[in-house]
Amino acid sequence: MGSYRWNWPILLADPYYGWIVSGFGNTCLIAVLAWIIAFPLGSAIGIARTTELRPLRFAGTAYVEVFRNIPLLAQMFLWYFVVPELLPQDWGRWVKRDMPYPQFLTSVLCLGLYTASRVAEQVRSGLEAIPRGQHHAGLAMGLTPAQVYRYVRLPVAFRIIIPSLTSDFLGVFKNSSLALTIGVLELTSQARQIEEYTFAAFEAFATATLLYCAVTGIVILAMRQVERRTRIPGTIAIGTQ
Amino acid sequence: MEGGFDFAILIRNAPFLWGGMVLTLQLTGLAVAGGLALGLVLAVLRLSRIPFVPALVAGYVNFLRSMPLILAIFWFYTLIPKLTGQSVSSFYSVLIAFILFEAAYYSEIIRAGISSVRRGQIAAALALGLSNAQAMRYVVLPQAIRTMIPVLLTQSIVMLQDTSLVYVVGLRDFLTTADIVAGRDSRPVELYMFVALTFLVVCFSASRLVNRLRRRYAL
Repeated sequence: MGSYRWNWPILLADPYYGWIVSGFGNTCLIAVLAWIIAFPLGSAIGIARTTELRPLRFAGTAYVEVFRNIPLLAQMFLWYFVVPELLPQDWGRWVKRDMPYPQFLTSVLCLGLYTASRVAEQVRSGLEAIPRGQHHAGLAMGLTPAQVYRYVRLPVAFRIIIPSLTSDFLGVFKNSSLALTIGVLELTSQARQIEEYTFAAFEAFATATLLYCAVTGIVILAMRQVERRTRIPGTIAIGTQ
Repeated sequence: MEGGFDFAILIRNAPFLWGGMVLTLQLTGLAVAGGLALGLVLAVLRLSRIPFVPALVAGYVNFLRSMPLILAIFWFYTLIPKLTGQSVSSFYSVLIAFILFEAAYYSEIIRAGISSVRRGQIAAALALGLSNAQAMRYVVLPQAIRTMIPVLLTQSIVMLQDTSLVYVVGLRDFLTTADIVAGRDSRPVELYMFVALTFLVVCFSASRLVNRLRRRYAL
């Protein structure tokens, strides 16, 4: 390391500073948009897996197993290279020629659908952690099964799984780096590009690493507050049973 | 896409793809072994009472867990040659990245497994006259291992999938060899579907086995 020539100021020089800023912006945007897909979809699938309806349960399980057992990078290539070929011709042509921001939107979709499978597992385990008695009590009080979910099971389940959902969000935030494989200029690829242009490898990667760590730290601290505020008094035990 | 599916392309390129699969399996095997060994050390250090050590280990684990694996691969791929002053094959630089990275995840699983053994068990073992080491060896670990083995195996399946990320440094694993063929013969559909299906079959069967194991050895 003795001969390494440090060059921190290069990161503030034009255009490298702008690269980092735009890369960081893209990383955050991909993560947030993917989460907007993953959270509702994953919740729906997780709920489907706990219902009494066999076809729904099967579909939910199949979704989770497929998305969980194919490497995310292979999924990225499937969405980007394979799906447009398999679509009906008109759609395929639109995706390949006219769709705006093709790489960006493809990676959002890919990460969103993949993360949904993880969210689904958390929601399911949250719902299963609630004693069956609550479900039966709700039904006995005359609530419909849908109402039991809406007013009894889901409010408890979501509060139990806040920590796991936090780590899934951080997962999609980190996984957004895979978008670089199909050409999205997010934080990791910008760091890599700076390294290739300036040879300031250490500086570029350290900056990217710090930004990832900073967001992770902020999200964890913020979610701890949310957890504290939404804790169900006297029921810490539910989550650990 | 022109001319429909051409699955013969898979057969024509079978030896090349198999070579990629071998690299994937080698990398996974070595990374799992190294990651487990280092992870065990980290877990023990984190549970130890040596001053500052648990905090240091926690810092290391949290630091690596908040970094994307791709970035870790780039770190080691570019920095190991600079640090050591000689060129290191990309296989070894990637392997080191995987071991250090996975050890952080394994150590958390091992720590959780050890901490899941109830305090009373240790107290009982000590009351029976066992030494600390004996209590660990005969009472704590047998129970901890039963709870953590399924989780460790699941993490190793994840790791098998994660090895595909070596694509970013051009190491010829299974996915990268398929990518090379797909690019050369313009056959992305067949090749990527083949990769996805192979992983799906392997990882799905493996996770089924892990589930069976979990049910059989659950405490």
